This record gives sequence, C-alpha cells and structure tokens, in this order.
Amino acid sequence: MGILVIADNDNESIKAPTLVTVAAALQIGDNVDVLVAGSGCGAAGEAAAKIGGVNKVLVADNDTYGHDLAENLAALVVELAAGYSHIMTSTTTSGKNFLPRVAALLDVGQISDITAVVSEDTFERPIYAGNAIATVQSSDSVKVITVRGTAFDPVPADGGSAAVENVGSVTDSGVSTWDREQIVERDRPELTAASVIISGGRGMQNGDNFTLLESVADKLGAAVGASRAAVDAGFVPNDMQVGQTGKIVAPELYVAVGISGAIQHLAGMKDSKVIVAINKDEDAPIFQVADYGLVADLFKAVPEMDGLL
Amino acid sequence: MKVLVAAKRVVDYNVNVRVLSDESGVDLNNVKMSVNPFDEIAIEEAVRLKEAGKAEEVIVVSVGSSACQEQIRTALALGADRGILVETEEDVQPLGIAKVLKAIMDKEQPEIVITGKQAIDGDNSQTGQMLAALGGYGQATFASEVELGDGTATVTREIDGGLETITVKLPAVITTDLRLNEPRYASLPNIMKAKKKPVDTYSPADLGVDVTPSITTLKVSPPAERQAGITVETVEELVDKLKNEAKVI
Ligand SMILES: Cc1cc2nc3c(=O)[nH]c(=O)nc-3n(C[C@H](O)[C@H](O)[C@H](O)COP(=O)(O)OP(=O)(O)OC[C@H]3O[C@@H](n4cnc5c(N)ncnc54)[C@H](O)[C@@H]3O)c2cc1C
Ligand SMILES: Nc1ncnc2c1ncn2[C@@H]1O[C@H](COP(=O)(O)O)[C@@H](O)[C@H]1O
Repeated sequence: MGILVIADNDNESIKAPTLVTVAAALQIGDNVDVLVAGSGCGAAGEAAAKIGGVNKVLVADNDTYGHDLAENLAALVVELAAGYSHIMTSTTTSGKNFLPRVAALLDVGQISDITAVVSEDTFERPIYAGNAIATVQSSDSVKVITVRGTAFDPVPADGGSAAVENVGSVTDSGVSTWDREQIVERDRPELTAASVIISGGRGMQNGDNFTLLESVADKLGAAVGASRAAVDAGFVPNDMQVGQTGKIVAPELYVAVGISGAIQHLAGMKDSKVIVAINKDEDAPIFQVADYGLVADLFKAVPEMDGLL
Repeated sequence: MKVLVAAKRVVDYNVNVRVLSDESGVDLNNVKMSVNPFDEIAIEEAVRLKEAGKAEEVIVVSVGSSACQEQIRTALALGADRGILVETEEDVQPLGIAKVLKAIMDKEQPEIVITGKQAIDGDNSQTGQMLAALGGYGQATFASEVELGDGTATVTREIDGGLETITVKLPAVITTDLRLNEPRYASLPNIMKAKKKPVDTYSPADLGVDVTPSITTLKVSPPAERQAGITVETVEELVDKLKNEAKVI
C-alpha cells in the first residue's frame, strides 16, 4: 500500500513544506505518490515529478481546485484514497483546513502536526504549545496525518523523475465559493523557509518602527516576523505571526526584539538553532530560551546592530 | 436563527504545564481550568449576532466530565441562552466530538455552528472541519471577520499568505481565529443570571454516538531542553558572537 502526499502548491510551483512532508512519508514507506490539485497547475505537477523519492504524481487540474476550497479538495482526496495506507499533507493553513475533512469522510482520526515517525502507525506530536510531546498510535485503517514543516529535513526538490498522471474527476460541492484574497507580497524569504528571522513584539511600539528590523533583515537575507501582540495592535499583518497559533519556525538564527517570550510565542520558535533576545527587561522569559541575551533598549541596540553588519 | 457554539474545558493558557514523571500525561492537579480561548471568541461572536438581532438563540455545548458545567456557566454568563453538557469520562478525540456535535446539530437545527480553530491542550485543529464534513456543510475556518447575508456567511480567513474571503451557504461551520473579536468579561449580575439558565445533560450514548478513540497516547514526554545561554553586554559583542562563535551570520 502506498502513501499519498497532497502537495501545497501555488499552481506554478511546489511550496517548501511539501518537501518536508515527502521526507516524513519516506520514513514510513517507499511508495510515495504526490497529488497536485489546482487550476492551471501543470507547472506545479511537473515540479512535483522532480521531487526526490516520489513514485508517481497525480495532477487534478480544474477551476474547482484553484483556491484550495476544503469541500472540493477533500472530496477529491477521498475519491483517490482507496489503496493508500497513509494520507499526508503539511501543517499549513490549507492542510489544516481540508485534511480533517478527509479524515472525517473516511471515518478515521487525524494525527496533527507530527514531528517524528516512530513506526508506520506511531508518531510523535507536540501538545500544550510544545510543552509536552505525545507519542500516539493509530489503529485506523488509513492514517491521516499533517506534518510540521520544521521537523524533518526536506527531500531535494530536484533529481526525481516520477510519472505524471492526470486525474479527471471534478467535484464542486456548491456550498462554498472563493471571493478574493489579500496576499502580502514581500521581497523577502517566507517565514517558514527563512534561515534567519528577526521578529518584533509590542516593544516595537508601532508599525513604522518595523523598518528598523527590515533594515537588519535586508543585510542578513532574513524574514521579518512578529508576536501576536504586534499583530493584534495592527503594527503588521497576521501572516507575520510566529507562535502556537501562528507560524512554527526553526531557522538557524531567530532574533526576538521587544518580545517578552510568552509560552505561545515560544511554541513557534524555540526549536530555532540559535536564539537572540533583545529586551530592556532582564526578567523577560524570552531570556530563558535565548543563547545570546542583550538587555538593552531596542531603539538603541537595533540601529547599532544594523551599523555593524 | 439558532447559533450553536462549542466550548471546551482546557488548562488555562497562562499555566505552564508539566509532564508527569511517569510520562502518562501532564499534571492537571490543582491547575486552573478555563474555557478554551478560541471558544471564548466563538461565544462572543454568537452573542454579538444575537445582540445585532441576527440570531434568536445561542446554545453552548461542552463535551467532557461534569466539571465542564463550569465552562458552560461561563458561556451562559457571557450571554449564551442555554447549555448542553455531553457528559463522558472518556478522553474524546476530535472525530468523536464532531460526531457528538453533529448529533446535536440534527436535534437543534442551528444555521451556524461556531467552534474554536484549535483547542490549546491537544493543539489538534480538527473538530470544526470534521463536523462540517459529517454534515456535508460548508466550512469557514480561521475566521477573522464574519458577515451574514441571505442564507450565507461571508468570512474573511487568516491564511499563511495573508487573508482570503469566502462565502459559505448556511448551515455552515465557522472556526474562530484570534482577531475575530475581543471577548467581553462577564458582569456579576450576568453571572448570577447564568445560574438560572437551563442546561441539559446527555451521554454520548443518549445521542447514539460512539466516541471510542482510534488514537492511543502511548506516552507524554517533556520536550528537549535548551542549553542555558549567556548574556552579552554590548551589541558589538553580540555581533561578534553571532559571526565567530555561532557562525550564523
Ligand atoms: C490562545 C492564544 C494563542 C496565542 N498565540 C500566540 C502566538 O501564536 N504567537 C504569539 O506571539 N503570541 C500568542 N499569544 C499571545 C501571548 O500570550 C502573548 O500575549 C504575546 O506573545 C505577547 O507579545 P509580546 O511579547 O510582543 O508583548 P509583551 O508581552 O507586551 O512584551 C513586550 C516586551 O517588549 C519589551 N520592550 C518594551 N519596550 C522595549 C524597548 N524599548 N526595548 C527593548 N524591549 C522593550 C518589554 O520588556 C516586554 O518584554 C496567544 C495567546 C492566546 C491566549
Ligand atoms: N470536548 C469538547 N467540548 C466542546 N467543544 C470542543 C471539545 N473539543 C473540541 N471542541 C471544539 O472544537 C474546537 C477545536 O478543537 P480541536 O480540534 O481539538 O483543536 C475547540 O476550539 C472547540 O470549539
């Protein structure tokens, strides 16, 4: 029995978390197929065929799959599910949206956000904002799984030569329609793919002050993130939130500026390789996870750092 | 129109949970329990729909031990009209919760069900989506704005790249994100009034639902500890360490 990985894609390309999910799938078994669903997604399908270790690529190219509407995507996956022992995708907002629907339609549980494969039916996953790691075993006939994007080393995006097959089926549930989106375009790496991240919190005081962080980020090729407090206060958009309920990141270097270090923020960044904290309060909990802590006023320290880079 | 909201009893978000030494779970003795923060947002949204004259009745459901009465009372004090406790000692998983909620939907026929996007204990983020699937309903997850139309809800969703807006036909399931609203505090008179509001109790069996879990927790262990770091005195020292010691820039 094979494993089906549903690729996170933007029709043109395959998103980085998919390479991580394929890596996790290959730890379970070696017969891994990838489904690329989208609208005009031929290019993404071809990209998927090059992913290392992939057996076969299924391409479902239709308008109904263009915006990842959960009802349509889940119906497609359920239709293809027969013959697969595991159905997996990445813990992205799209994966979190449609995969539980797949599980319920198959009348099985879902194992969310796994960080390790113990065996084909046993996995590790963080609970309580990462304050505990549960080892869970599933007795379901099909294992439905989302994979944390920071937990496995990605497979190479190139080198494979999987066969590509078109899937003709089309489902439009008719219960939901996509209206519009506001996608923030940035000339920086995506948070979940960046090797350096500099994040600001409430201590930044306003959105304009984030230019201080952007200037440093430009020099380091870094992404800019934020705490929930900074997003709630309207300093920056929601897609920049790092944490239990935002994005989970694990870059080589994470610099937290004016962030106190609440459990929910730590949940999203404490697996970073090196953590730097800049905070004027020496008792801020962020210092407990920082490799290098600097007790200072960020409005002095960040420009000074910028000057030294 | 009726609105159904789900409220889970969870460890308060301020508690730093500890893993038990026998690795059987986390220590829940004498720990503060609360309504899951995303469910407070769900309750608030439902109550606002009622206050705006768009909903007639707000029903709150909690699944768990009899202690969940406390969370139901909190929701009633915040403005829900009546409560349903589905009482069980079993550790019910999202699919089981979704089946229970589906049974209650069949009974009560709400137009909208609002759940949290995620319970902060298990961090599963599954229940709302599963409920929508079981009923064949549309779903609008991670909502930061909800607008009701004629038999529809137009919902702005928080997604990885930013925001997207979709329209779902009612009945539908909406799951809340953090920025949907800011929940109110219960006033003392409302806490008193809540004591008189009705709460029905059922067992999963009364509803004809089997909640036997298919996923077993073998053990719960503490996460890897980070090595204690150092304090640097100057920005210069920091940059030097990052370049020459950690070699990350
Ligand atoms: C259900 C739930 C989910 C949540 N999910 C998330 C999440 O995903 N991500 C997240 O981040 N939070 C999340 N939170 C919120 C979290 O609990 C904290 O409220 C939040 O992380 C605090 O953000 P902050 O550190 O920026 O603000 P604060 O806690 O207010 O800290 C600001 C810090 O800035 C420092 N500071 C101020 N001025 C300066 C200066 N001039 N120079 C240097 N330092 C300065 C202060 O000393 C302070 O430590 C969640 C909460 C709940 C209830
Ligand atoms: N035991 C429960 N009782 C009531 N609602 C629940 C329960 N478990 C989950 N939910 C609802 O489902 C949402 C998502 O939970 P989960 O899928 O466990 O992350 C929660 O925010 C609640 O609204």
